[in-house]
Parts: sequence; structure tokens; C-alpha cells
Amino acid sequence: MSEKKLTKGNIALAEGAIQAGCRFYFGYPITPQNDIPEYLAMNLPKVGGTFVPAESEIASINMVMGASASGVRAMTSSSGPGISLMQEGISYMAGSEIPGVIVNIMRCGPGLGGIDPTQGDYSQAVHGGGHGDYRNIVLAPASVQEMFDLTIKAFELSDKYRNPSMIIADAMIGQFQEACRLEPDHTVEVFEKPWSLTGAQGRSPQILKSLFLGPGEQETHNRDLQKKYREIEEKETIAESFMLDDAEIMVVAFGTPSRISKTAIRYLREDGVKAGLFRPVTLFPFPQSELHDYSDKIKKILVVEMNTGQMLNDVKVSLCKDAEVSFYGRPGGGIPYPNEIAEEILKALKK
Amino acid sequence: MYYDMIMTGFGGQGIQMISQLVAVASIRKGLNITYLPSYGVEKRGGRTNVTVVVSDEDIGSPITNMPCALIAMDRIGLDFYQPVLKSAGVLIYNSNLIPPDAIERNDIDIVKVNCNDEAVAIGNAKLANMVTLGTLIGRIDFLKYEDIENIIEEVIPEHHRKTIPDNLKAVKRGMEISKNN
Repeated sequence: MSEKKLTKGNIALAEGAIQAGCRFYFGYPITPQNDIPEYLAMNLPKVGGTFVPAESEIASINMVMGASASGVRAMTSSSGPGISLMQEGISYMAGSEIPGVIVNIMRCGPGLGGIDPTQGDYSQAVHGGGHGDYRNIVLAPASVQEMFDLTIKAFELSDKYRNPSMIIADAMIGQFQEACRLEPDHTVEVFEKPWSLTGAQGRSPQILKSLFLGPGEQETHNRDLQKKYREIEEKETIAESFMLDDAEIMVVAFGTPSRISKTAIRYLREDGVKAGLFRPVTLFPFPQSELHDYSDKIKKILVVEMNTGQMLNDVKVSLCKDAEVSFYGRPGGGIPYPNEIAEEILKALKK
Repeated sequence: MYYDMIMTGFGGQGIQMISQLVAVASIRKGLNITYLPSYGVEKRGGRTNVTVVVSDEDIGSPITNMPCALIAMDRIGLDFYQPVLKSAGVLIYNSNLIPPDAIERNDIDIVKVNCNDEAVAIGNAKLANMVTLGTLIGRIDFLKYEDIENIIEEVIPEHHRKTIPDNLKAVKRGMEISKNN
């Protein structure tokens, strides 16, 4: 295994994309994700890839759609307002079953907001954002190593299911640095793409579209998509459990709040408080059944998010009915310190 | 083992550089680290703060509001972070830019360093950060001088490699100051 290197989250993600076989990047600058295009502008051409500084985010996502339709691995990245502009394109990709990876290094909103870390785009990523009855595959890294590994995963899942994959990370995960193994821990999976548009030489033409006007055609398409989403839910859920075996309270958090919660839990464990953490790594598919099983034993739940409660409802519908759910949220760039989360855990325990 | 520190000052003082040296040296020793810089408005003269956490366990939070050590290269940074430094924690401060009466805590280990004067005495005002780094090395037990010496070449950009001997001299000077303080 290669030596671990001090690496910034955004750079690990960009290098992960290259090693996943991404050869086309389209993007428009915005803080706090600019390290990604900067790195890819320098390094994609070295492996024969193409970097296009697009004229807008709308152009970026449509270029991703076009590139992916031809069968190559393609990606765009942005933050808040830029991701909002991309929603129409993402919906078209979902409808046409065209893969592609979209990265959102989240900044505060609504509107232009601020550049501080936040998780305010959970609902947009997980529950749509664009129009129509579709789902994104959504991955939420919580370390620099996961920025690398989950980017590779995002490409694999996207191709496997012919569905857009999103990576959402708050700005802290994008900007901070840790030791990172910049090599995949497995052979990167690649998939045959007989559906791709490659010029129709020696075969009949094929079409990728999201327009279905025949009687019942759209409904059948929607049902097929739903079947695919159920399969993704069944096979691709990832979650991390931390000190849950004997826990009396379970913190549920993703991204940066999950990291800070771990420190809070260690503080409390020193005082004999039995707290643990459940961290969804995939936000869609959401680890519903794992959460349900834990809530069978652990009745006190505290959801911690850097927003006003966007994952909260997904947690609530997953739990046993008698679970008592508390919430601690910090929107707009507020980052909870470990002792603040520890206090909230104690409060939730006393409820 | 767990040690967290906040390094603060203004852009151009070399705070990112010494934080990186601590981070990379710790990684080479098999320790886990998180390195969180301030971002967004980096410029010479702007604020710069770094939080570095070092541990032999997995690190949870990359932020801290009660660090084991505070390295303050200017007055604004000192005033902001002095109240949160852990009791019995280490405060290393640049006494060329911070008057001693700015120190209000008496429950901490205070190391006063004339960083700028010491750097000029070695031959270059830009070495102030490395003097400070040496002072820190003198106060922590998970890194030694050799650990910095071993990795300095991979952290310092190629066009500045000729300054490495002076940089190491500054680290040594900082360690002496730490010993006598």
C-alpha cells in the first residue's frame, strides 16, 4: 500500500476522479470547491483527459450529460448556487438514465449565502432538486480518505445503475487536510455501456431520451426507474457505527458533525455516559433498516446536522415508533464544538 | 496520545508552513492528524488560523475550543484565542508584536519568544515562523528535531530548498529558547 500523504479534501476528490477513470471535467468556479477544477486543469491533460472551463453551470451539466452519453466517465463540481442551476440537467440525466458525477462542496444559503461549511443542501441532493420522480445516488464523505474512495465509488455506482451520482460534502471536508492513501483499495470497476452513443457504425442507431409521449409510456418508465431505486436501496447502502454496542443514546450525523460527535462521544464515555454514533455514508440509499434495528435497542436518538433539520425526517421514518428523537442543528456556517454536542447528548438523555 | 493546537497570525508570517511541517512530521511517525486552515480570504496581511490535531487514535473533531497549545504570532490572534487555551496549556507568543501585559492568564505555560529579532539574528526576518516551530518542538514530546529535519525537504517548495539550512538553524534556536524559558 502506498505511503499516506497530507492531502486536502478537495484534492483527494479530484485525484480520486482521475483514478476512477474520469477523463472529462466541466465546471465553473465557485468557493469552496475551486481546488477541484484547479487540480484537474493541471492533471487531467496529463492522462489524456479533457478539462473544459464552461461558460456556466448550466453548460457544465449539459456537457457532462453529453460526454457521459458517449460512454466516457465525466464529472462536474460546484457549490450551492451553481448546483441549483444544474438541477434541470440532473433531472434530464436521471430521466434518460445517463450516468455522471456531480460534486457539491456545500456553502451556506439560501441565495449566494456565505462560504462557510454547511449541510443545507441535503434535501436538494437527496429528495430531488430537479423536477420529476427521480432519485440521485448521494454519497457523504466525512474524511479526506473518503473524499478519494467515495469519488471512485460514485463513478462505479453511477455507471452500474445508469444514474447520476452526487457527492455532497460541507466546506470543512473539502478544505481540511489529513493523511490520505491516494490509491484505490480495489480494482476500479468498469462497466460495458452498450447503450452509449458512439456513432452507430455496424449497429442500428440508438437513442437516449427523457421524453415519453406514448400512452402509458412515461408511467412504465417511472415504474422501471423506481424498480432500479429499490435495487439500489437493497444493495448499496453504506453506514458506519461507532460505540453503539452498549449505547443508551445514538447520535445520527453525517459529514463534519459526525466527526465532531465522535469527539463528544469520547468525552462522555470518559464519564461513563453510554453514547454512540450512527453515520449514514450513503444518503440515498438511506440506511433505513440499519437505523431501525438499532432503534429497537437504543430508544434515545439525537440527530446533529449543520442545517435546520433536513436529514431529521429521513431518520424519523426509519426508527421504531417508540424512539425519542431530539435534534441539534446549526445552519449558516455555524459549527458545533465537541462540548456543545456533548451537552445536547446529555439533554437528550434526560428527556 | 492526543494533542491539539491553534496557530494564529496574519498571512505571510509562515503559519501554514509550520503547521504543515508539524502535520507531515506527525504522519511520518505513524500518527493521525487533521489540519484545518482558515480559507476563502487568504492574502498577505489577512488573518490566518490553523487548527492541527495529532493523535495515535482516529481523530474525530478537526476543530477545538480548548487547545493544548496556542501559537500566537500577533496580538489579534492572541486576544481571540487566549481565553480558550486549556488550563496548563502551552502559550507561545511573538513578543516582538505582542506586549507581555497582553497575557492575562496565569494558569498556563507561557513561552515568550522575540521571533522577529531572533530570525533577523540568524540572517532573515522570514525565519520567525521556524523559530516559533522550534519553541513548540521543545514543548511537545511526540516530535523531535530530527522528525522535522527528515521531512522539511518535501514540505518546502523546490525554489526555496536552499534556505533549508537556515530554517533548521532557526528551529534549533527556538528549541534553545524553549529550554531556557
